[in-house]
Amino acid sequence: MSVLTSLTIAQAREKLQKKEITSAELTDAYLGAIMAANQTLNAYVAVTADIAQEGARRSDEKLAKGQGGALEGIPLGIKDLFGTEDVHTQACSHILDGFKPRYESTVTANLWADGAVMLGKLNMDEFAMGSSNETSYYGAVTNPWRAKNDDKPLVPGGSSGGSATAVAAHLCAGATATDTGGSIRQPAAFTGTVGIKPTYGRCSRWGVVAFASSLDQAGPITRDVRDAAIMLKSMASVDPKDTTSVDLPVPDYEAAIGQSVKGMKIGIPKEYRMEGMSAEIEALWDKGIAWLKDAGAEIVEISLPHTHYALPAYYIVAPAEASSNLARYDGVRYGLRVPGRDITDMYEKTRAAGFGAEVKRRIMIGTYVLSSGYYDAYYLRAQKVRTLIKRDFENVFHAGVDAILTPATPSAAFGINDQEMAADPVKMYLNDIFTVTVNMAGLPGIAVPAGLDSNGLPLGLQLIGKPFDEETLFRAGHVIEQAAGRFQPDPWW
Amino acid sequence: MSVDLATVKRVARLARIAVTDEEAVKMEGELNTILGFVEQLNEVDVSGVETMTSVMPMDMKKRPDIVTDGGKAADIVANAPATEENYFLVPKVVE
Repeated sequence: MSVLTSLTIAQAREKLQKKEITSAELTDAYLGAIMAANQTLNAYVAVTADIAQEGARRSDEKLAKGQGGALEGIPLGIKDLFGTEDVHTQACSHILDGFKPRYESTVTANLWADGAVMLGKLNMDEFAMGSSNETSYYGAVTNPWRAKNDDKPLVPGGSSGGSATAVAAHLCAGATATDTGGSIRQPAAFTGTVGIKPTYGRCSRWGVVAFASSLDQAGPITRDVRDAAIMLKSMASVDPKDTTSVDLPVPDYEAAIGQSVKGMKIGIPKEYRMEGMSAEIEALWDKGIAWLKDAGAEIVEISLPHTHYALPAYYIVAPAEASSNLARYDGVRYGLRVPGRDITDMYEKTRAAGFGAEVKRRIMIGTYVLSSGYYDAYYLRAQKVRTLIKRDFENVFHAGVDAILTPATPSAAFGINDQEMAADPVKMYLNDIFTVTVNMAGLPGIAVPAGLDSNGLPLGLQLIGKPFDEETLFRAGHVIEQAAGRFQPDPWW
Repeated sequence: MSVDLATVKRVARLARIAVTDEEAVKMEGELNTILGFVEQLNEVDVSGVETMTSVMPMDMKKRPDIVTDGGKAADIVANAPATEENYFLVPKVVE
């Protein structure tokens, strides 16, 4: 890895402003790193070298005049879920074969308006459905981390596996990602990177391929907490094109970095101390508690009684919304078409060939739970349970808790093509056990690297905040980062 | 609740996904595993609980009823597998 690609966004920003480096140099260093690594890691599904170099040239002109936005000249990777004008946008599905939108998503448009440079589109689980990045039409992504004395390839988590690998392996300065049940925080935890899912409504969903509309939120994956604050400030906005975008000004998140957590009340939910939890995860959690306590925070035990029901409720709500959202892929308006003897046969053959097994599974579940006679028993009940999950959080915040600390994942990264996970879809779903409650309640959550397990693999802690109080998460997340240190894989790729 | 093979095929038809007999058998097992997992929601007392409709309490934003965009027929059909004069082409549906 060259010196240039090892700079964080904040460091690169300073060097660019001081004219110690140019965006062209930085961009070329990243393009070179991608060329060298992508065959092995498979993080990018499309590299936009021409767009990147042209963007860097424009940024250098602005920087030379002392102008430019908050991310001027910073090279970023973009998850394939974001619509990017005239550039590969397929949600890593075969059904969107050849799709190049004629529009730009609001989130990426915000980044370009602030001067960021696009390196390319990042691999992900198909339609963001997965926790290992193995459901991608473009194949699995390899985690840059490997266990000590073991060459076995590991997953980077998912669905934002390409984003997490690209950030951890220094193939971009930062990456966009999305999170419906844990898809930012779980891959961040698996790769020793920082990932924040902001409050539902903070980032516009306009132009982002929809999976489960009431749960989907965009956020960044970055190398440290400060970079996450910088990127989220640019990604977030109030957008009239998204009716669920909330009318609240975007704060200067970076200003929260370094602020004290003295007197802050941190809740530790007893329901997250689950049966069969690994001793290493438990020890990591205790370390996090100690760090925050040492920094002056008050630690209180709390109860979120409906935690246990979040994952089953999610596996009704998310597939139901997905089955509806994915009805649009019919072989008529975009993407793949497989001819049939009549229009219904064409639809059925197109969708059979275009969707992968996991996507089909979720469409089937969603169609079933919404079908006549089952709607009340499944969907309506799940949406009521969701109200109860949200109420649990409201109660503890009402009682004065500022943020909640939990593990990010139940384990470190596992192997690619894990047979146990392949045999039982529910086993894979359990990866999101600590993260999914946050989506169900619409809250912000950040995953911060907190240590390595006995095999030398990264583990993360999660902080959950009040609605639109991302600043508290950056403050407390930075305290954990300062105490834990930063973690980088030894380059082998 | 669980699904049988006939139900799997009926749901696949509703979802407009062609499945072979072999795939349907595999799906039957997988769907029943998932439905078995979500069964635990029946333990929760939801009587008197409101159904969640909006995760953030806010009024639906309404935009002014004016034309703000349009005239983009060529853009709209640009990605379609088959088009003619800015129309989407589909197999014959009316005899």
